[in-house]
Amino acid sequence: MPGESISIRDLAHSFGELRAIAGIDLELPPQGVIGLVGPSGCGKSTLLELLCGLREPSAGAIAVGGESSAPGRLRRCSYMPQRDLLLPWYSAIDNAALAPRNRGAGRAAARAEAAELFERFGLAGFETARPSELSGGMRQRVAFLRTLLSGKPVLALDEPFASLDAITRAEMQAWLAQALEADPRTVVLVSHDVEEALYLSDRVAVLSARPGRIVAELRAPAPRSPDRDAAVTHPAFVALREQAMQALREASP
Amino acid sequence: MRRWLPPLLLVAALIGAWQVATSTGAIADALDLESFLVPSPAEIAESLWQNRALLAENAWVTLREILLGFGCALLAGLGCAVLLHLSTVLRHAAYPLLVASQTIPIVVIAPILVVWFGYGIAPKLLIVALICFFPIAVNTLDGLRSVDPDAIKMMRTLDASRWQVFRRVEAPTALPFLFSGARIAAAVAPIGAVFAEWAGSSSGLGHLILQDNAQLETARMFAAVFVLAAIALALFGLLALAERRVVPWR
Repeated sequence: MPGESISIRDLAHSFGELRAIAGIDLELPPQGVIGLVGPSGCGKSTLLELLCGLREPSAGAIAVGGESSAPGRLRRCSYMPQRDLLLPWYSAIDNAALAPRNRGAGRAAARAEAAELFERFGLAGFETARPSELSGGMRQRVAFLRTLLSGKPVLALDEPFASLDAITRAEMQAWLAQALEADPRTVVLVSHDVEEALYLSDRVAVLSARPGRIVAELRAPAPRSPDRDAAVTHPAFVALREQAMQALREASP
Repeated sequence: MRRWLPPLLLVAALIGAWQVATSTGAIADALDLESFLVPSPAEIAESLWQNRALLAENAWVTLREILLGFGCALLAGLGCAVLLHLSTVLRHAAYPLLVASQTIPIVVIAPILVVWFGYGIAPKLLIVALICFFPIAVNTLDGLRSVDPDAIKMMRTLDASRWQVFRRVEAPTALPFLFSGARIAAAVAPIGAVFAEWAGSSSGLGHLILQDNAQLETARMFAAVFVLAAIALALFGLLALAERRVVPWR
């Protein structure tokens, strides 16, 4: 079963004089999905980079599946940045298949692996398209498949839909919920959108302004409904969103 | 065709104006010169045709210097850019030197190189390479350093090795920069070849231009300049074509 636990203890990180995050504690079970929301500049992206082993923290400890070294975390986490960052010199399918290629698979084998997911996630027929020929939503889907195909148990998603328009974003949220249903992983989702975080996660942590620390934690309604519109207009969801907004307002400077 | 029409019309108009100004003697009168010193486009074209064998022979000499020098600069510039990109220490140490090297006028060192390396093709090749090296190296290095840091982070979480990051992200990002450096180099390469020939040679378009100037063969001198410009334009065009093939995503 893919998915590893995450354990973060008293984590702090500074860039020179600037304290980005301070005293973060977080436990996440395998296949848990946690949303991180907070005011801009609260260190959300730094937290993801620390988690993925792209940086070493100034203080405290992070373990992913019991592995606390940076290379060990890097082997267990894959990172989906805010922008899709599809490489314009590769076709859609070659972009999605980057991880198998990096692991040494031949081009045909890597494409075959990606083609299966293209079919499953509504991208069939666009395998050979260049990234510039795809719509915003499709580009994000290819970027997500690229993250999935890394085969890593932990996905770090950094505001994956921030660049999309409201309607596409809502569609992509429902799509991601389904994709995670079909292929569950441990997910840390950074978002500036409280509704998105609550809809996609089991739990939402609210971070304070810099230096970021967790000031509130909310449990999202379970189980997640496949009908996004129905889910987000449910009175319990609306009340929860209000609670999260209140926490966020208090956390903002 | 529509794209080519405006520049063609402009060139035709300029040549036409030049033809009128010379055939009426307007320029020669204004400068108080003998009219044979100010050849008309028709006279230059005639000289181009009559001296075609001589021009072709000398053009081949110069073209070879340009192509070989450009090729050496391409290899050296590319190699230098990659090395400086991969090693921060080397970049900090060598970059100021690289820029400083460009402040030495090529006209000054050309005669010295001829003294050192003789009258053969070696000093010409070296001078053309020196003049082409800088735009290629600096542009390529800029391209390699312009890669989005987030793309490198993404590649690292996708298990990419240093070599794979270079091959799949950095090198393709730098390609358009390499081509724009190469195009600048192609435009200045003939200048390098002419300087090199002026510093000491017995053939080539630069040598011919110098000879014609001394003998007041102005029409043939202009014809040689025309051939030289055509070589530079052809090289520039070939590179633009190659870029379109190699960098189709641009």
